[in-house]
Amino acid sequence: MDRRESLKSMILGSMAVGLTLESCVTETPPEVIEEKLWKYTYGRTPEEALFDEELMLKKFFEESELQSLTTLANLILPPNDKGTIEQAGVVDFIEFMAKDVPEFQVKIRGGLMWLNGQSNTKFNLTFSNCTEDQQKEILDSIAFPDPEALEQIQEIQFFSLMRNLVLTGYFTSEVGIKELDYKGNMPNVWDGVPQDVLDDHGLSYDPEWLAKCMDPNNRDEVAQWDDEGNLIT
Amino acid sequence: MQIIESQKIYDVIIVGSGAGGGMATKVLADAGLKVAVMEAGPFFDPANPEQRTQLKWPFESPRRGAGTQRDFGEFDMAYGGWNIEGEPYNNIGDTQFDWFRSRMLGGRTNHWGRISLRFGPQDFKGKDRDGLGENWPIGYEDVKPYYDKVDKLIGVFGSNEKRYNDPDGFFLPAPKPRLHELYYINGAKKSNVDVIPSRLSILTKRINTDRGVCFFCGQCSRSCSVYADFSSGSCLIFPAQKNGGQVDLYVNSMVSEVTIDDNGKANGVKYIKKEDRQQYTIKGKVVVLAASACSSARILLNSKSEKYPNGLGNSSGIIGKYLHDSTGTDRAVFVPELMNRKTYNEDGVGGLHVYSPWWLDNKKLDFPRGYHIEIWGGMGMPGYGTGFDPNGLNKYLGLTVGGYGNGLREDVKKFYGSVIGMSGRGESVARKENYCEIDPTTVDEFGIPVLRFNYKWSDFERKQAKHMHETFEEIGHNMGGIVLGDAPGKDQNYGLLNPGRIIHEVGTTRMGSDPKTSVVNEFERLHDVENVFVVDAGPFVSQADKNPTWTILALAWRTSDYIIEELKKQNL
Repeated sequence: MDRRESLKSMILGSMAVGLTLESCVTETPPEVIEEKLWKYTYGRTPEEALFDEELMLKKFFEESELQSLTTLANLILPPNDKGTIEQAGVVDFIEFMAKDVPEFQVKIRGGLMWLNGQSNTKFNLTFSNCTEDQQKEILDSIAFPDPEALEQIQEIQFFSLMRNLVLTGYFTSEVGIKELDYKGNMPNVWDGVPQDVLDDHGLSYDPEWLAKCMDPNNRDEVAQWDDEGNLIT
Repeated sequence: MQIIESQKIYDVIIVGSGAGGGMATKVLADAGLKVAVMEAGPFFDPANPEQRTQLKWPFESPRRGAGTQRDFGEFDMAYGGWNIEGEPYNNIGDTQFDWFRSRMLGGRTNHWGRISLRFGPQDFKGKDRDGLGENWPIGYEDVKPYYDKVDKLIGVFGSNEKRYNDPDGFFLPAPKPRLHELYYINGAKKSNVDVIPSRLSILTKRINTDRGVCFFCGQCSRSCSVYADFSSGSCLIFPAQKNGGQVDLYVNSMVSEVTIDDNGKANGVKYIKKEDRQQYTIKGKVVVLAASACSSARILLNSKSEKYPNGLGNSSGIIGKYLHDSTGTDRAVFVPELMNRKTYNEDGVGGLHVYSPWWLDNKKLDFPRGYHIEIWGGMGMPGYGTGFDPNGLNKYLGLTVGGYGNGLREDVKKFYGSVIGMSGRGESVARKENYCEIDPTTVDEFGIPVLRFNYKWSDFERKQAKHMHETFEEIGHNMGGIVLGDAPGKDQNYGLLNPGRIIHEVGTTRMGSDPKTSVVNEFERLHDVENVFVVDAGPFVSQADKNPTWTILALAWRTSDYIIEELKKQNL
């Protein structure tokens, strides 16, 4: 089924009650995710599409910088069986955001320079060529902001920005959403919190409140009221 | 520049296609009138796959939903935002008014929160209550029949609660509360704050055979492709066309002024077509402005002539005055019991399932008007920003903040769905000193003079915002949570957001029986010009502690009925 067809079926499906569809979050090989990432299908105005195209034709980071970003992103979120930085397209996402939010450019480029400056001074190596222990030694000095401080020094700000972008890039990807176990974004019928969850939290629905709520079984019947505003269908 | 004239004469020209314009289109076209709808933005249909963002995933976008292109995130269905390139507006002095515009068929109804509250009997008579502001020339009993009709035509879920100032209606059944909303209910009850099912114009049950029913994706802000939420295009304008109505849509058409004949009656509008940047005029027997409170005021003020040197309908000098927006401030609460949640689909409808209507008596308080509380939270779809500051909440648990490595994966999952937000939305008092006016120093890219704003909050609003935070703190504590951040102090206006931020700006062409102190009469007709009407929120004498849309719709219907009657009597 192509995308258009699958959307059509999703919309038609939604007209029928209780129809559930297969989640769009499935195992997809990284090269397919990569391809999808750059193949937009969501509704944008012609101006927006043109703007995005212009951004994509530009290249901001140099190869060496992309290498440093890849190394750093993999230290922030090392690969495991749930997903990797590469599968989530995190570095491409950061490259795009650096063009989309120009304020990021100097912060990230300068931060990468700082990282390489540190590794050169301490180990006479570029950051990417350091051993993992050496890399972590540098990161340990910038990865822990003081939660009480009003202002963080530049390199701590840089690391916090990178951590934010890496994590949001990961958790908005197919693998990341699957790992988070977000279960929505598909047609369904909401019928309240599952009983086992209510039990876990020691909660229950108030019967008086429930009497005002939707009955999934008759919601396809056209609504009619008496003169007092009481629903009679 | 040559002005291109159309020979066709419409019965009614409607300027704007949002809530008021859509309702006027539906009622007037259903009555057999020839209608032109002028819209500054492009055609939009949420069912069009090329325009749809509903059910899209963040990874289908290179910016993962970030708000760099659209202010409320790139999947939000508003073409426009706080700033529109080529269409500036200015602030006077230290005013910080923010103006949200959406340029598309349906306007802001495509992305709004669908909170659909009737004004209550007290809301039309503010001055009787506390001596402040002005009473409306009409009362709840005048609008009630139209609220009833709007409920039945468009659909709104909720519950009849027999609350005097939050009137009952014809409701569809409410969705059950989500988990975080049950926590809120418990916290609010302990704090003696009322909570009832929310009232949103979303179809939890079928209302007719043309529109679908809600499939609970929680994305009403993206405009529903099966028309299960209220958007003006999908629920009013398209049905009017489908019903055989004579409706001509003029999209990408920026109206600059209302034109008049030798007798001073309106005879059409002048507009600029965005495609060719040429000026056009079209003719009509009646002009209905529905461009949004400030845009309609701008059009009237720019419609200057020898006969109307201060702008059309502005002999009182009141157009633009009494501009007021809802007050607003927000607070978040971390609820440790909501950490490490079992996951399930709790998207629900697009927005809150429960809310707190105003529950106190202002006579016992140090501020005159009320507010309601909206609730948010839950395990929503990730988007740009998910995972930011992934373990900042660790500081409340005595754990390390920051770091790197796979522990961060667990942090994000641990805190997912553990924060509940509360938003207070209240009534401000309309004041003549808060206004918009034409800025003679600036034009937009179409050569049309733009607006500038002058707006200051008073202590009434500041004290109300202070009370909101005190309430948030009490409820937050009573639901077992840790209220995040400190209560904003006096130096921060107690957290009161900039005027305009709640996007409930109203009052710029206010209604009244005295032509010296008001712009339109009780049928939203200009006192000065008998065939020009305003059916957006401009005529609001006072904004209640409610959201304006349901009242815009009810009044637009009432005005449209009046126009039909007057045309029948050949009075227009």
